[in-house]
Amino acid sequence: MLYREAGDYKTSYVDDGQSFPIKFDRIGFYAVLLVAFAVIPFLINSYWVNAIFLPFLIYAIAAIGLNILVGYAGQVSLGTGGFMAVGAYACYKFMTGIDIWIDGVQYALPPINIFFSVILAGFVTAFVGVLFGLPSLRIKGFYLAVATLAAQFFLVWLFNKWEWAYNYSASGQINAPERGVFGIPVTGPATEAWATYLFCLVFVVILAFIARNLTRGSVGRKWMAIRDMDIAAEIIGVNPLRAKLTAFAVSSFYVGIAGALFFSVYLGAVEVGEAFGIQKSFLVLFMVIIGGLGSIFGSFAGAAFLVLLPVLLKNVLVGGLGWPTDLAAHLEFMIVGALIVTFLILEPHGLAQLWRVIKEKLRLWPFPH
Amino acid sequence: MSAAFLNTLEVMANGLMAGVLYALVALGFVLIYKASGIFNYAQGVMALFAALTLVGIMEGQVPFSHLINAVLGTDVHHFGWHLPALVGIVLTIAIMVLFAWFVQQVIFKHLVGQEPIILFMATIGLAYFMEGFGDMMWGSDIKTLNVGLPQGGSFAIEDITRTWAAEGERYYGMYIDNLDMIATMVAAVLVGALVLFSQYTKQGRAMRAVADDHQAALSVGINLNFIWVLVWSLAGFVALVAGIMWGAKSGVQFSLSLIALKALPVLMLGGFTSIPGAIVGGLIIGVGEKLFEFWIGPLVGGATENWFAYVLALLFLVFRPQGLFGEKIIERV
Repeated sequence: MLYREAGDYKTSYVDDGQSFPIKFDRIGFYAVLLVAFAVIPFLINSYWVNAIFLPFLIYAIAAIGLNILVGYAGQVSLGTGGFMAVGAYACYKFMTGIDIWIDGVQYALPPINIFFSVILAGFVTAFVGVLFGLPSLRIKGFYLAVATLAAQFFLVWLFNKWEWAYNYSASGQINAPERGVFGIPVTGPATEAWATYLFCLVFVVILAFIARNLTRGSVGRKWMAIRDMDIAAEIIGVNPLRAKLTAFAVSSFYVGIAGALFFSVYLGAVEVGEAFGIQKSFLVLFMVIIGGLGSIFGSFAGAAFLVLLPVLLKNVLVGGLGWPTDLAAHLEFMIVGALIVTFLILEPHGLAQLWRVIKEKLRLWPFPH
Repeated sequence: MSAAFLNTLEVMANGLMAGVLYALVALGFVLIYKASGIFNYAQGVMALFAALTLVGIMEGQVPFSHLINAVLGTDVHHFGWHLPALVGIVLTIAIMVLFAWFVQQVIFKHLVGQEPIILFMATIGLAYFMEGFGDMMWGSDIKTLNVGLPQGGSFAIEDITRTWAAEGERYYGMYIDNLDMIATMVAAVLVGALVLFSQYTKQGRAMRAVADDHQAALSVGINLNFIWVLVWSLAGFVALVAGIMWGAKSGVQFSLSLIALKALPVLMLGGFTSIPGAIVGGLIIGVGEKLFEFWIGPLVGGATENWFAYVLALLFLVFRPQGLFGEKIIERV
């Protein structure tokens, strides 16, 4: 009854082209934003932020980024972990001030504000992403997926060996120094839960807004044309070089920002092979697939699902049943694997498709047809 | 011959042997990909699972003992027998066949006709599941696998090669692992057997028919379900061989499942659909990465083996997108 287009008259083109054409969706969207910005920051403590909200928000950014590449542009990538590492290390260098050595003398730029560091890290990652995206013009499908593994392994190796990238620290780790916006620390050891949460939330909202509108616009339609059939797209005037490389650039920009936030705000200290290994690439790809290819909402749903599931399982098995942790970890692997397979069998188009089906039903409700 | 040249030769020989082991894993991929279009990421985990099962059976471990002890409060761990390797291998093959049947009935029967990326994802889910399942069944500690394969370097080769060096050179002969040589022979036999099987037996021909065209194969009365179970069983068998070789080399542990990742560039180089491609690709990658590490590695800090294979495959594919022996990709609108 509530959920339908009927009665919601649009009188201008701007109205007609808005993101949420149905009033119920619009109200729901603003309600979610209100709760996220004005209610949750007052309720959360550091456990909730570190266990659920920060990983969810950061993975959501990464999933949106990968979804742009895989879901909209159809270029399967397994290099997400490597690109996140680029974002993290670039952010670290910007935060601590980029230094150049000429004839043994160090010239350093002043440290950049963390907010802009994160954004600049995104641009650096976008550049690297375009570089590794170049072969996509020749290589397609699975061959491309495996080719992007080159990015994954090469970048992780590079940040292990390249001492300049981690400021010559003895441990080879990078540690986020204390930085803040408007005088409130968001990185380093002494942060408030709400500050880190809001900092990430701002990025998520802005980036999701941009992604949604990019994918609805001409750029997004070009990506989808390339995804559906690149030769046909070329014939109707889409430049495949531009479309594929913009997809790689935008996607890597998002993934880079996710990596920067993952390192600076969430973990604080990072060892590259551990934090940004191949497992991370698969995790984000799972989020995209389970959430739904080619859907911004799906990226959020997939991230929420895969962040919440292990927390839930751990609480039930170790906390509730009192099993040893290693046994619980094995069972968690089995359950995650089984759930992924079950999902693919029951709904290959992901959570977003379930939501679409529900919306269709809601439109007709209370009538069956 | 100078020592430097002999060292290079030694590196190449070792690279060739490593390449054979990569090729063994890649072979399992090719078998499944050809027959069902499934890119089976779980191949590495299958090797791990097969090796774990083999060790578990031979040592007489009680499956799921950790779980049983945690739930029931008992303390069981071993049956107390030690089986000979051959019995263990036969039993493990039986389990891998059962596993193949299970995978086909529970998962891929329901995914026929889905997009390749969905099938690929399903195999990653399967890999996750098996990783947890194998650890839960046999425990996650590192195990030694002893099926009677010789260990250590070959003295014969060391003695022969020592005489090759020029007078006055300080050269102590080549180090070649006995196990690597056996692995090479086993791989050669395995490939030969697979080729004979697919060329001259009824089931093998049916398998190739399915690989060519599902619907045509179905219409001449080939049981698709049976063929797919057969293919997964064969892949399970290849995984067992790879698992034995790698397990005897470096212990049966989690890192065994990562060799699947090593097999991917081999596949790309050789082409996903070609058995000779998997072998040649494996050899090229094995030699290439060892030589690169030997010559360039010290200049850039070493450990280049982690990525060299991928970058090589990537550069190669830019010039030949279907790999060395892959079927030509023809695109139509």
